Amino acid sequence: MNGQDEQPILEARHLTRRFGGLVAVNKFNFSVRAGTIHGLIGPNGAGKTTTFNVISGYYAPTEGQVFFRGIDVSGRKTSQLAEMGLIRTFQGSTLFQEFSVLDNVRVGRHLGARAGFFSRLLGTDVLSERKADEMARESLAFFGLEHLADEPVSNLPHGHQRMLGMAVALAAEPEVLLLDEPFTGMNPEETGRMMTLVRRIRDRGVTVMLVEHDMRAVMNLCDRITVMNFGALLIEGSPEAVRHDPAVIEAYLGSGAARDADGPKRADGADGAA
Amino acid sequence: MFLFAALAVLPYLLSYSQQEIAVLLVINVLLVCSYRLLTLTGEWSLGHVVIMGVGAYASALLAKRLGVPVPLSLLLGACIAAATAAVLSIPLFRMKGFYFLIGSFAAGEIIRLIWKRFTNPFGGPKGLKRIDPFPDIDIGFLSIDFYEPVNYYFLALIIVSASVFILYRIERSRIGLTFHAIHWQDRLAESVGVDTFRYRTLAFVIASFFAGIAGGLYAHYIGAVNPTRFSVDQMVYVLVWAIVGGTATFYGPILGVVVLTVINEIVLRGLGVDTARPLIYGAILILSVLYLPNGLESLGPRLRARWQRWRGGTVMAGGEAP
Repeated sequence: MNGQDEQPILEARHLTRRFGGLVAVNKFNFSVRAGTIHGLIGPNGAGKTTTFNVISGYYAPTEGQVFFRGIDVSGRKTSQLAEMGLIRTFQGSTLFQEFSVLDNVRVGRHLGARAGFFSRLLGTDVLSERKADEMARESLAFFGLEHLADEPVSNLPHGHQRMLGMAVALAAEPEVLLLDEPFTGMNPEETGRMMTLVRRIRDRGVTVMLVEHDMRAVMNLCDRITVMNFGALLIEGSPEAVRHDPAVIEAYLGSGAARDADGPKRADGADGAA
Repeated sequence: MFLFAALAVLPYLLSYSQQEIAVLLVINVLLVCSYRLLTLTGEWSLGHVVIMGVGAYASALLAKRLGVPVPLSLLLGACIAAATAAVLSIPLFRMKGFYFLIGSFAAGEIIRLIWKRFTNPFGGPKGLKRIDPFPDIDIGFLSIDFYEPVNYYFLALIIVSASVFILYRIERSRIGLTFHAIHWQDRLAESVGVDTFRYRTLAFVIASFFAGIAGGLYAHYIGAVNPTRFSVDQMVYVLVWAIVGGTATFYGPILGVVVLTVINEIVLRGLGVDTARPLIYGAILILSVLYLPNGLESLGPRLRARWQRWRGGTVMAGGEAP
């Protein structure tokens, strides 16, 4: 594997995040190679979302570091990370609900459409704004939403809102795109379409890392998968290796057997993994 | 055009005391417009009137103590108000929502205590008196005395119109879009690279600059300022103007301050129900919030059409006067 010699584009070393006495993420390691789709999975409560929030700068790590392009970015603010090219999306329909579809994506062009205060005031930013509009429309077209540009977001069905969330992120020209449960609440057809789009994003040269519960989608889509359990690393490898790893199967089945109350839910996860 | 013509004719239709009210109204329009810019980011401050006071005190002191010519002192006073906001934003924007509201109130009270405590240079509880007025303009054929409310009205109108236009431009630019974005989803805005702290500070600084201009206009018109004039009671008026007018549109708060001032100062005063005035005023507020929850701006289009017809009439009548 030549890939292993390359420096990972995104890496966590001994990442730890505590909330009071609770250790949500415990000395967690992972590394994401440039140009791949990387999945982060684990049973409920394994610390995936916390990990995501630490990587994207919402929480500072209690201990350990995050490296982006080889630079230690632990504790940097979300907006600073975005400036470096690390863009995240959110679960559900986190959007500017009061804006039109196009205005949502225009906000996504925030970093690309720089202009001074007085040029905004005098309207001399018109060229950079026209360019921003163009790129915003291009980002909408990528997700097949261009015909909805002037609609208010609140009129959009759920599936389209999820697409729009990705369009906003893509408009920010990410180098690494962090997707937080991109397939949740989608029907199989929408999931299939979204998977195609995620692959096309990767083919544009964007590295994708995603947290997801839909095991089938993760197994089909990801080049590499990191499995975490109880806040720590369980295994990192190809979908094939992960699928047959006894520790992974136990994590999903075992935790379900151990806690009867949660039984059915855990079993669902195990079905997907098997 | 009709609007400008109406504003130009207006003072000649008013009595002397009403002209004074018109001057204060113009100043309050700027105050409430600048306040709206701050509220775009979703933060409501209780210190805005104090910031106006910072502009007023600064401009007055610069003119009185340092002999800075008055129009320049106005601008410098506004810059000092803006700088005060920039410093205050460091602690204040660690808070959001309700906590920011209380924090801004506390910060305002601290500033007012400083004015009260330090008699030199702030004049203590009595404040500053005999503040230099705007210098008279006297160039032979043209002489303007700014003691006259009519003349000061036009001066304030020009400065306020220019300021309101700038505020409007800011709101319509990408800066305004970003302010709105922070209001509705600050985490999503952060995720695409918006430094929300910087933009909140920017909104606060711009709003404070124009509040400072309003303060300077006030100080050099009245000729005196004191800490009580910038107390939280006055802030409540600003909130009421903004809420009754509605904050969804740019013109909502302007509508609020104009309509409420006209009702309070002209209609109710004219009815001669002086002691019951606050009672009636309060009742009007409650009724308007109950029946117009989206503010007067939701009445906007209808009201405007009617007003324009009415104004068209006055312009023709007033056109022959000069």
